Amino acid sequence: MPTAIAPQPAVEEIKKTTCYMCACRCGIRVHLRDGQVRYIDGNPDHPLNQGVICAKGSSGIMKQYSPARLLKPLKRKPGSERGASEFEEISWEEVYATLADRLGKIRATDPKKFALFTGRDQMQALTGLFARQFGTPNYAAHGGFCSVNMAAGMIYTIGGSFWEFGGPDLERAKLFVMIGTAEDHHSNPLKIAISKFKREGGRFVSINPVRTGYSAIADEWVPIRPGTDGALLLAIIHELIAKGLYDREFLVRYTNAGQLVNLDAEHDEFGMFVRTEVPEEEACYDPQNKLWWDRNSNKPVITHSDGTDPFLRGEFKLSDGTPVKPAFQLLKERVEDYTPEWAAQITGIDADVIRRLAHEMGVTARDQKIELPIAWTDSWGKEHDTVTGNPVAFHAMRGLAAHSNGFHTIRALAILMSLLGTIDRPGGFRHKAPFPRPIPPCARTPTSPLAVRPNTPLDGMALGWPSDPDDLFIHEDGTPVRIDKAFSWEYPLSVHGLMHNVITNAWRGDPYPIDTLMIFMSNMAWNSTMNTVEVRKMLNDRDEKGEYKIPFLVVCDAFHSETTAFADLVLPDTTYLERHDVMSMLDRPISEFDGPVDSVRIPVLPVSGECKPFQEVLIELGTRLKLPVFVAKDGSRKYRDYPDFIVNYETEPGSGIGFLAGWRGKGGEKFMRGEPNPKQWEMYAQNNCVYHHKLPRSYQYMRNWNQGYLEWSQRNRITRYAEPILIHLYSEVLQKFRLAAQGKGITRKPPEHLKKRVEAYFDPLPFFYEPLETQLSDKHKYPLAAITQRPMAMYHSWDSQNAWLRQIHTHNYLYVNSRTARLAGIEDGDWIWVESQWGKVRCMASFSEAVEPGTVWTWNAIGKAAGAWNLTPDANEARQGFLLNHLISEELPSAGDVRISNSDPVTGQAAWYDVRVRIYKAEAGEPQETSPQFDVLKPAPGMVKRPGWLAYFAGNKAKSK
Amino acid sequence: MTQLALVIDLNVCVGCHACVTSCKEWNTSGPAGTMADERPYGADPTGTFFNRVQTFEVGEFPNTETVHFPKSCLHCEDPPCVPVCPTGASYKRKEDGIVLVDYDKCIGCKYCSWACPYGARELDEKQQVMKKCTLCVDRIYDQALPETERKPACVMACPTSARDPGSVVSKAIRENGGYLLMPEWGTQPANHYLPRRKTRLKIHDDELERADNPLKIDSQLPKPGMAEPSLDDVTSW
Amino acid sequence: MHPAFSVIFLTTLIGVGQGLFLALFTAQSYALFDLLPKQDGQSFYATGTLIALLFLAAGLFASFFHLGHPERAWRSATKWRTSWLSREVIVLPAFMGTLLLYGLAHLSGWKPVLVTLPSGLAIDVTVGLGVVAWLLAFTLFVCTAMIYACLRFLREWHTPLTVINYILLGGASGFTLAAFFAACAAPALTGFFGGWAVIITSLGLIGRVASLLRNARLKPKSTLQTAIGIKHPRIVQKSQGFMGGSFNTREFFHGKTPALLRSVKWLFLIGAFALPVVLLAIGMATASTMLLLLAFAVQYVGLMAERWFFFAQANHPQNLYYQSIA
Repeated sequence: MPTAIAPQPAVEEIKKTTCYMCACRCGIRVHLRDGQVRYIDGNPDHPLNQGVICAKGSSGIMKQYSPARLLKPLKRKPGSERGASEFEEISWEEVYATLADRLGKIRATDPKKFALFTGRDQMQALTGLFARQFGTPNYAAHGGFCSVNMAAGMIYTIGGSFWEFGGPDLERAKLFVMIGTAEDHHSNPLKIAISKFKREGGRFVSINPVRTGYSAIADEWVPIRPGTDGALLLAIIHELIAKGLYDREFLVRYTNAGQLVNLDAEHDEFGMFVRTEVPEEEACYDPQNKLWWDRNSNKPVITHSDGTDPFLRGEFKLSDGTPVKPAFQLLKERVEDYTPEWAAQITGIDADVIRRLAHEMGVTARDQKIELPIAWTDSWGKEHDTVTGNPVAFHAMRGLAAHSNGFHTIRALAILMSLLGTIDRPGGFRHKAPFPRPIPPCARTPTSPLAVRPNTPLDGMALGWPSDPDDLFIHEDGTPVRIDKAFSWEYPLSVHGLMHNVITNAWRGDPYPIDTLMIFMSNMAWNSTMNTVEVRKMLNDRDEKGEYKIPFLVVCDAFHSETTAFADLVLPDTTYLERHDVMSMLDRPISEFDGPVDSVRIPVLPVSGECKPFQEVLIELGTRLKLPVFVAKDGSRKYRDYPDFIVNYETEPGSGIGFLAGWRGKGGEKFMRGEPNPKQWEMYAQNNCVYHHKLPRSYQYMRNWNQGYLEWSQRNRITRYAEPILIHLYSEVLQKFRLAAQGKGITRKPPEHLKKRVEAYFDPLPFFYEPLETQLSDKHKYPLAAITQRPMAMYHSWDSQNAWLRQIHTHNYLYVNSRTARLAGIEDGDWIWVESQWGKVRCMASFSEAVEPGTVWTWNAIGKAAGAWNLTPDANEARQGFLLNHLISEELPSAGDVRISNSDPVTGQAAWYDVRVRIYKAEAGEPQETSPQFDVLKPAPGMVKRPGWLAYFAGNKAKSK
Repeated sequence: MTQLALVIDLNVCVGCHACVTSCKEWNTSGPAGTMADERPYGADPTGTFFNRVQTFEVGEFPNTETVHFPKSCLHCEDPPCVPVCPTGASYKRKEDGIVLVDYDKCIGCKYCSWACPYGARELDEKQQVMKKCTLCVDRIYDQALPETERKPACVMACPTSARDPGSVVSKAIRENGGYLLMPEWGTQPANHYLPRRKTRLKIHDDELERADNPLKIDSQLPKPGMAEPSLDDVTSW
Repeated sequence: MHPAFSVIFLTTLIGVGQGLFLALFTAQSYALFDLLPKQDGQSFYATGTLIALLFLAAGLFASFFHLGHPERAWRSATKWRTSWLSREVIVLPAFMGTLLLYGLAHLSGWKPVLVTLPSGLAIDVTVGLGVVAWLLAFTLFVCTAMIYACLRFLREWHTPLTVINYILLGGASGFTLAAFFAACAAPALTGFFGGWAVIITSLGLIGRVASLLRNARLKPKSTLQTAIGIKHPRIVQKSQGFMGGSFNTREFFHGKTPALLRSVKWLFLIGAFALPVVLLAIGMATASTMLLLLAFAVQYVGLMAERWFFFAQANHPQNLYYQSIA
């Protein structure tokens, strides 16, 4: 290079937009030269990432110019097999005509025969709207196989959860405890926060079977057996209660700890809180009609009455003789036997360590209190001069969630956080708008199949938050309405659906066959599905008449994945640099602790080939199908395109609520609510593509019970009600389902074969049980737990064909504790078999000292099918890379020959991390290649040829010199 | 002469590789580019990078540390790679101590890479010249960039601020136990590394007991009602 | 290190060339003092010089294959103040040029006397050129060897033995070739060259065994502990940061098994030393030109193995950073 510093060529142009290389959604600046991407860096003025960027974000160039991109709409060649990747190019007009015709007929007859399931699409508000307008109940995104337990377990307890919904306040925390793998959500903000936290001397404890990612820099690593976190958390709760290390004041005022529970086993209200009166209208908030037993007067009183203080312990009799106990007493009784010694047996963590962890949490919360001079008023009108914080923060995600006991584990975590008094307080957990929401939030699905009618939008949301059995979306006989059986008695609180069972259910015709399955941005024939080998066969399976069991398969993706190969119709999506997008308050915005934030993507490059953003496809289809919101009264087109839709769509005519919260009103002077603003996109563009509303400091904390905040939130229509959101240490919602299973109450009752299941798992207090698959496994034959971790440079499978990133992770190993491996006669680097009761995979072993001896693990989604993603058939991903998915079943045998999803019985969360395996050395003569292998995928027509080498330089080099 | 340097803080590096790809991205289209990739979509993909993040396991289970270790050219104060270069293509700048390669003079003999104990140099297989970290010399003096951005791409990208640009006499090195790689060779690398630092919490048994322990309230159960049966009702002794 | 054939050819071929010249000039010097019969300028010295030049040219040619930009090779003469490689680049052509003149002088018979020593010995231009070339030949041996010996990180190379061995091994192969050449062109000198070839080869064996013994006892100065600055007895690399290889994994690793390395070591100990000595002895005893040619061929192949081993055995400290693929 020249000695003198070459000046940057003047042809550069910098455009701001939002990253989409993972789910984090950082602000980015795209530097262009001669129309090509010269550099993508973090936008320093963006609240989320503050200028930093990750390995994926920095590799966006290689996504944009990837030879794996689909550039033409395609249809499967007549006569060719699904999966053979035999396609012919068609026009978009043919795509629209085909879809409008087929979907039009479905809509006119039985809308539920159309199913729309999407991956990590970041546009669920629109895809959900489209499905609802179409009239099908069969819609969900990938949440059910991602982390729904984390959403449901926390939201059903504290009215908020981690990642987009809330997080650890590391700026003020003194002790940070991270449990399980949690690297892939909100990653850059967490990295920023953890490093500052560590630098300032905070103590970071990581509880995880594996020490990778953030755990690497923890001050202490506590290895734990997978699926046993619940036992650990319950034992910590036991110790905190036994030692009095809980925040009594917080529990009394802000949780239902003091509320009296009816313990008359004969009563229909058994296990429910005693109420003073029945509210007139059914609303989605907790009415303030419960009782405490007052310590001063030794009498039952309405909660939060002035001058009263409830007993948290003891048992009492109401004047009518009803025996009652405070919820806290029941919690104490529940954890009585969950001693550290008991948990030590299960988790593999010494009882002394468990006790010490409990003491560290309790003493830090108690002795390092933060007092912020912020005056605020609580929901009962009491004025507080300060906001108090107990600086113990937690973070967890899929590591806890992806087990069939995850819901209760996460309830236990939320209760632990509440006992320590850390909810929406400085140094603890903090909410992000629109959370906190009522427990449960107000959205409801329809409750009967009558909601599904021809040529009519669905009467209710496709996904919602059931509050009792009457909210389930079932037939009169208790059978599911949805294809994935969500909101049925099998998985009553499956608030994100069960995408992982859609293909199996549709193939089997249980509960019914469908006609068209549309998949957006999800690799359901590969790493996004369990039981990959069988699911691929199902996609290609025909009935006795020779018709496909899933008659029509539409896939929209930007890349030629293992799944597009199976499609009848392939819709080429754009990349994130070529499209408009919104991170909407109606979906999962990128709010900060200090207030709501939403953001947009604005195209920085022209669309490649004949790609179309999926949003445009939906709006065009919606218009052609004359779905009410997409057409004017006379049936004519209402929205020119997606940007027009975003600006002008209102949730109801005149509601003033739309996809974007910023710069609403005619001149952009309003926020959250206001008339459509024709210049809204421009205003976002001028403001770093982000709208950030900072709340007054007095609204930034204690928001579950902060009168000012709740009223602000109500006025801005974030919530319908301004009632306080008391923490549910004790969950009446769960008890209602249990009562129904016990035949009590006036709600609907589960069918006979599910009664025991519902009764067992709908426990109003958290409890520990072995994951369902573990219960069904021969632990002597399959002694090891197998899990995945997320590589820091490649959080998700999307873009893992990226030319730069794949040099970092081009294949994967099974990491085995060296002692475990040697006992099995395995040496470092050996080819081995990993076998579960469902299948086996050949792969390479690698020794590790950073994994608990009863666990083996690998990186998620590195392995690929040969030829997929336009990699050469001999690419390492296909020959040495492997998926654990082959070892994991999407279904488990339950009673008799009934099969039930391999999921959490409460939420339907896919139980990825429950699988049990054994390992043994491959025979000497076996091929040194992963197994199973699949037929080589051909590139699709219209794709560019993959180059043999690259020397990327943006723009014209000669000119730039 | 000032000696520019990076201080790399292993205490906070989570091994995310942001510095690896942001470096590649910046430099491949800059004056130090291109940075070739061979078989980018084939078997054993390999390419030129100026910066790599490696991972080491220290200790035995359960006392294991996972250490992420970013490594790029250390810009030695006495760089052994420079005097061996037969053409003068490798040089160390007087004004700031950055070690650079003049690609127009480099004959691709690879001798400089033999003379570097750290493996910091990589031959670009397409251009057949030796390449290495430039400390983003095209950024740090670029007056067209805002002052806050006149930093190497890796520093700008790093989410944990584990890469601190500065000089060899920085406070971070002094106060946090900054150390050199392979000090035995006397190369005096400018880049320093900061070690892991542990925060521990010691709780004495008597700290668990406190006057305001809520158990004092919660273990006071309600007194039985006056009218409830008692021995007083049945015994005359 | 990864043994590059360009460099193996370069160092062994020019070693033969240098050694052959040294043999020729030794013979001329002996002849000057009438210790050996005088030889014909054209058929012996000029032809011998031509052969030496051919070896040198072939070595030079091979060296270009080592360069990414051979067209810029001229630039490499600029840093002779600091770089042994630069010095080699200057000395090699200087030596070849001098050698060419030396050969031409012999060929043309143009031998003006430069100086007459007090003893009456006339020093003609071939002797003058020969002395200069003799100095350059040794300088070239030193330069070539110092390219390796000056790299203190490569401790297998960083020893005077490297220089000594380059001289001895180049000399041995040159004298062996000279023995064969003499058998063809000047049979009277066969014994002289062959005798010295046996002596130098034996000295070479001593030198090389000394360096093998030294290297076997070397304790690495750098360890994983100093490489990453963590003081712990058990450190294992789990990822080198990439999986498909890089310059670092290609250039600094031979990629062969220790067993192969051991085989190559025995191969060169026999091929470069033992066998040539035996063949030389029998060749001289039986006056077999073919055996002498065979002696040279075997020794040359042996030296290539020796040079391969020389590179392969050198363990670069950078390798500490590249130990695991994942």
